[in-house]
Amino acid sequence: MKKVYGSAAEALDGILHDGMLIAAGGFGLCGIPELLIDALVESGVKDLTVASNNAGVDEFGLGKLLTTRQIKKMMSSYVGENAEFMRQYLSGELELEFNPQGTLAERMRAGGAGIPGFYTKTGVGTVIAEGKEVKSWNGQDYILEEGIFADLSIVKAWKADDTGNLIFRKTARNFNPPAAMCGKICVAEVEEIVPRGSLDPDLIHLPGIYVHRLVQGEHEKRIEQRTVRKREEA
Amino acid sequence: MPWDRNQMAARAAQELEDGMYVNLGIGIPTLVANYVGDKDITLQSENGMLGMGPFPFEGEEDPDLINAGKQTITELSRTSYFDSATSFGMIRGGKIAAAILGAMEVAENGDLANWMIPGKLVKGMGGAMDLVAGVGRVVVVMDHTNKHGDSKVLKECTLPLTGKSVVDRIITNLGVLDVVEGGLKIVECADGVTEDELRAATQATIV
Repeated sequence: MKKVYGSAAEALDGILHDGMLIAAGGFGLCGIPELLIDALVESGVKDLTVASNNAGVDEFGLGKLLTTRQIKKMMSSYVGENAEFMRQYLSGELELEFNPQGTLAERMRAGGAGIPGFYTKTGVGTVIAEGKEVKSWNGQDYILEEGIFADLSIVKAWKADDTGNLIFRKTARNFNPPAAMCGKICVAEVEEIVPRGSLDPDLIHLPGIYVHRLVQGEHEKRIEQRTVRKREEA
Repeated sequence: MPWDRNQMAARAAQELEDGMYVNLGIGIPTLVANYVGDKDITLQSENGMLGMGPFPFEGEEDPDLINAGKQTITELSRTSYFDSATSFGMIRGGKIAAAILGAMEVAENGDLANWMIPGKLVKGMGGAMDLVAGVGRVVVVMDHTNKHGDSKVLKECTLPLTGKSVVDRIITNLGVLDVVEGGLKIVECADGVTEDELRAATQATIV
C-alpha cells in the first residue's frame, strides 16, 4: 500500500468533509502539523471540531484556521496565546470545550485503543466534573471521561520510513502519538522519509499501523518563547 | 521584611528531597530550580520530558525542545522524552513526588483556584488539574495578598477550583502554612514578619 504523497494537499485529498472531527498533535507551536494545517486552510473545509491541546497563535498553526473561521469548536486545555481565539470565544462565535491536559491526552489514547470511556480523579469537585458520572474506589471519587474517536488525525513527526513507522524528536513528540492513534485516518507530515529498513525497529515511537498517509516537507518550526542564558566568563 | 520572589523560591526548594521527581509550575515555582543546590532532583515537564535542563546558550535554542511554559530549554544526561499520554500517566499514577505551583486563591481546606477568572481570564487549566489530583504532595507558592491587599488565603475559594482539598503546604511572602484538620497551621513566619502580621493578612482559619 502506498502511503507517501507528494504534498500536504494531496495527502488530504478525498478525506475531508465539513463538520468533521480532527485530532491534531503538537504542544504550543512545538511539533504541530504546520503543512497539513496550511492545506486545510487551502481546502476551505469548514465547521470543524478540532481536538488539540492549544489553538496556535494568531497567525500561525491552528490560529490560521480560526482566522478563516473554519473551526466551529475547539477541545483544548490551554488557549492563552491566541487573541483571535479569545475574541471569537467571548463573542460566542466559537465553541470551546476545556479539557484538563492529561484528560485530553488520555481521551485520545483511549479512543485509539478502543476504549470508549475511563474514570479519572482529574477534575473531581471542579466545573469539569459537572454532568459527568462519578464512581468511587477505595473512598476516592473518579469521573467518567469519554474516548475521542476522530474522523481524521493530523500529526507531525521527525522521521518516517515509507511504511509509516514514525520517530519523533525531543519534546515535539507531545500529543502527536495519542492524536495519531485516535483517528479513523491519520495523515503524518515529517521532515524526512527514509526507505524501509533504515530505521532501527527497536526505536520506532509510533508503528506505521496508525499512519495511513505521509508527506515530507520543510518546516518553519517557529519558537514561541525564546529563552536563553548568558555564557559564563571563562 | 517579607520574602521576595527569590526568597520564596529558596524556601520552596527546601521542600524537595534527594531523589525526588518534581513538577514546577510557571512563575515563581520555576525559580525553585535555582535553589536545589546539590540535591539530586529530576524535573518533569508535562509536555513530555523528565530531566529538564537550564535555558540554552544564545544560538543553541532548539524549537523541538521546550518546557510546559513553551520556553526553550536544554536536556541533561539523564533526560528522557515521552508522549503526553505517558506524561500524564505518571502524573495521575502518583509517580511524581511533588508539584510546586502558583495560585490565585487557596482555601483552608486545601481547595486551590489558579486557572480562571470568569469573564476576564479564560486561558484554560493546562495540566494543573491533573497535577493537583495526581502528585504526591502539592505545595503552593504565591503572594499572601493580591494587589488590592486582600488575602489570597481564604476560608473558601471564590474562583472556579482547580482541585478540591489538594493543597498540602502554602508558601507566601509572609510565611509557611500547612493545611491541617480544621484550618491552617503556621509552620514559620518570613524573616521579620510576626505571627500577628501573618494572621492579620490571612482570612482563613488558623488553628
